[in-house]
Amino acid sequence: MATTHDAKPTSRVLWVDRFLTLIRITFVVLISVGLIAFIAQQIDPQNPLARWLNPDATGLTAPQFKGLLVTGLAQGAMYGLIALGYSMVYGVLGFINFAHGEVFMVGAMSGMITSNKLADAGLWEDAFLFCLLFVVVTSIVISTAVAVIMERIAYRPLRGAPRLIPLITSIGVSFFLQNMSVVLLGPGAKSYPSLPSWLSQKRSLIGFEIEGTKLVVLLTAAVSMAGLWFLVERTKTGKAMRAVAEDKEIAALMGIDVNRTIVTTFAVGGAMAGVAGILWGILFRSVIHTTGFLPGIKAFSAAVVGGIGNLGGAMAGGLSLGAAEATAPLVLLEPLGVDGVSQLRDAVAFAVLIFVLLVRPSGLFGERLSDEDRA
Amino acid sequence: MTATSDNLSMLEAPGINWRRQIRFALVGGLSSVFIALAGMPVGLDGRNIIQPVLSMGYLALLWVPFVFASLAGSVVILEGMSERERDAKDLAAGALVGLGSSAGLIILMVLIQNFNLRDPLVNWSPQLLDLLSFDRSTGLGMLLWLILGTTLGLLGGAMHVVPAKVRSRILAVALAVLAVSVLETFLTDLLEGFGLETLTDFIYYKRGGLEVSGAIVVAALALLIPLLVGSKIEGIKTRVVEMPSEERRRVNLLLLTVGAALMLVLPFFLGKITNELLANVGLFVLLALGLNIVVGLAGILDLGYVAFFAVGGYTTAVLTSPNSPGFSPELPWPVALIIVVVLTGIVGLFIGAPVIRMRGDYLAIVTLGFGEIIRLLFLSDWLSGWFGGAQGITNIPGVDVGIGTVKGTDPRSVFLLVLVFCAIAIYVSWRLEHSRLGRAWMAIREDEDVAEAMGVNTTNTKLMAFVVGAVLASFSGAIFSAKVGSIFPTSFLMLVSIIILVVVIVGGMGNIVGVIAGALVLIGVLGGPKQPGLLQEFSQFKLLIYGALLVWMMLKRPEGLVPNVRRTRELHQEEFLQDAWLKGEIDTDDDEDSQ
Repeated sequence: MATTHDAKPTSRVLWVDRFLTLIRITFVVLISVGLIAFIAQQIDPQNPLARWLNPDATGLTAPQFKGLLVTGLAQGAMYGLIALGYSMVYGVLGFINFAHGEVFMVGAMSGMITSNKLADAGLWEDAFLFCLLFVVVTSIVISTAVAVIMERIAYRPLRGAPRLIPLITSIGVSFFLQNMSVVLLGPGAKSYPSLPSWLSQKRSLIGFEIEGTKLVVLLTAAVSMAGLWFLVERTKTGKAMRAVAEDKEIAALMGIDVNRTIVTTFAVGGAMAGVAGILWGILFRSVIHTTGFLPGIKAFSAAVVGGIGNLGGAMAGGLSLGAAEATAPLVLLEPLGVDGVSQLRDAVAFAVLIFVLLVRPSGLFGERLSDEDRA
Repeated sequence: MTATSDNLSMLEAPGINWRRQIRFALVGGLSSVFIALAGMPVGLDGRNIIQPVLSMGYLALLWVPFVFASLAGSVVILEGMSERERDAKDLAAGALVGLGSSAGLIILMVLIQNFNLRDPLVNWSPQLLDLLSFDRSTGLGMLLWLILGTTLGLLGGAMHVVPAKVRSRILAVALAVLAVSVLETFLTDLLEGFGLETLTDFIYYKRGGLEVSGAIVVAALALLIPLLVGSKIEGIKTRVVEMPSEERRRVNLLLLTVGAALMLVLPFFLGKITNELLANVGLFVLLALGLNIVVGLAGILDLGYVAFFAVGGYTTAVLTSPNSPGFSPELPWPVALIIVVVLTGIVGLFIGAPVIRMRGDYLAIVTLGFGEIIRLLFLSDWLSGWFGGAQGITNIPGVDVGIGTVKGTDPRSVFLLVLVFCAIAIYVSWRLEHSRLGRAWMAIREDEDVAEAMGVNTTNTKLMAFVVGAVLASFSGAIFSAKVGSIFPTSFLMLVSIIILVVVIVGGMGNIVGVIAGALVLIGVLGGPKQPGLLQEFSQFKLLIYGALLVWMMLKRPEGLVPNVRRTRELHQEEFLQDAWLKGEIDTDDDEDSQ
């Protein structure tokens, strides 16, 4: 994958390029120093390398590290599911659907409503698996509907408009959906009913202590991913989606209904976001109208990390971003002598995005985009 | 002239599309239900427009049938088409759309009466039902809605039947009454400053809203003034336009001086609340002018613009406040301002340099990330030794200007200070727009590759946009921290960036007048992220309205309310080309082939 400015031959090196190189080097140096200090500390807490920048660093025990990693991976799987929606829409329409995070929030909200209704009816505890299935299905239906309506009202009229116009529109849609939740459902945080105790128990699995909820999250993400892979790679609809992503006009000439394919793309993305919404509910048991914002941005980062337009990449990007933001504060920042590292989790996610865009803009696994979208 | 354009006869616009009418009726019904469940009728009922007759709450529902009916009836007249004769069928179509809108409400009333969905939907309340049934029995309420909806729809449809002149008169009268009612706080305050309380007492009811007699007077004035003086104003306008350019410049200069003098005198006739409100608007004008340079002129979508506002505010606080936790030189504000400007410029470079080569949409998200990172850093314990973390920095002194101190408790002085900086910002934006740099920005906005081929150094030019935008935001930040007297990370949420973006886009990207108008209308009337506007009742709905407004503007009028001519052409390039082709102004390759 060529970077965007390779094609422009410039004889002189601009100061901006030097500055960018400097930033890249700083990033790499910081990461390596943090990592080396961390490893040194794990080997021997008293050695001078470990005490160099942060004499108070405590290091991590193996179970602590594993716990962080599992938490990170579970969240990462959720980011990955959201990232699929960003990636698919970017692949097909070539714009960032900023409001996709809000589709996820709608999914989490609708899950909250149905699960609370079920808990009121006394079914939640007794028939948990059936209830969960019902909640997931309703949430999928609702977020798919939101995604499709959004496409119809806000994005379809803007096909062919200058690139930034749909992006600004999607910011508006995101703002609208967020505040729609405030005015319809009230501004406070709302909680899911408590999960049955057999689910939240810790189980050990290949050396990891995993809470049942996180296991459910990882399994659901894996199943959804497999379903999506089957849809995109093995069915006629998937073929149409890939064709439209490659070139809309030629796909239309081949007899593919482009509009319908785009709607399907939004619907599938919305469904994935709905599933992710329920996973959020299971992991954190609390939703508020701003729930969609940060996971949305992080999922977008995940899509970029994995290479936007690349579905496997989106999932891998999600998992690595989740792992990075869970472990990096303690593994990289604490040895560097930063206080209150856990507050900087979100900053780490943004830093990963900036780092990947600076070092490898096409992502870890490369982009799958048509040439017109790459400009 | 080409063969194609001669062959075109005038086509008549197509007749009524009934499917479109039914669609609008359904959407109208759903919108009414949404507005009702969003709590607007109940929440806004306290605000009167015309005292016993109409409150803002009912207006929130009543505009739907009227506007949807009139939208459903409008037809785009393309180049080479003639307007169709309108007849009674259009009235029926309008009534149908209106009926659809009120049908939604009626169904909602039945549902509220029979089911209780209060649990997820907070506004599903007997209060809403009472309001919807006009505090009478439900059946009567339903009947009233049926009649009201149909009538308003009919009127909306009738807007297309009456001549255009009558239509614009009616709209002007309605807008005038609404505007006088919305501007109540401002107008009473202003008239009180001139000692004209009797006039306000006559127009306004004691507890808000117009009196019926006042409304009639305003409506009559709005109808009569254009009739009496309209032609004269037209005459003066054409005379000014026809003047030789030197004389016209002199007239413009005179008008500008008079306007500036009026603005400087204005704060002395206004009360505390209005001055405070206008000072807030001024802060947003500064921010919007800065973002206008980045987004409007250079075409770079910066979603983390609040970062520069934050850096400006925090630097001022650290440099001037005795309570600053880490480093506290307690400099006087003007000295601090110089450092703030330099520092924010450098931050602009630092944020700009890594993102400048990215694609437009990546750039947007990454700048958003930078905005959040900067807020998180100000909030973090790590840097709390410098910036106070969540506790912020308090006890920031006002601005000592010799004759007095500018601080938040004296909004008039703040407003005057903001005015001075707005004047500087306007002058800078105006000069830059017509400079070599400004032309380079616009070239980049239109096509970066072509601009580069024409010899524009795109990297430096784009960075300059970042830096100039950052400096203007830092002015705003510096005044903000002196005005409020304390500074916290919660003032710099991403929300602020988005609201400034909405102001720039609604006003008109790339147009100074538009941006100022946008800030006046949005921040002044609806309010900023934390600052209340004239319509305080709207505070819980304003963000919803901002979001809807952003989408609507992008779909229907991306060039903004006060458009910039060149930007409009860029955004509607295809339409302009098509019209030009139909009029035979340009030759196309196809024609050459056929000849």
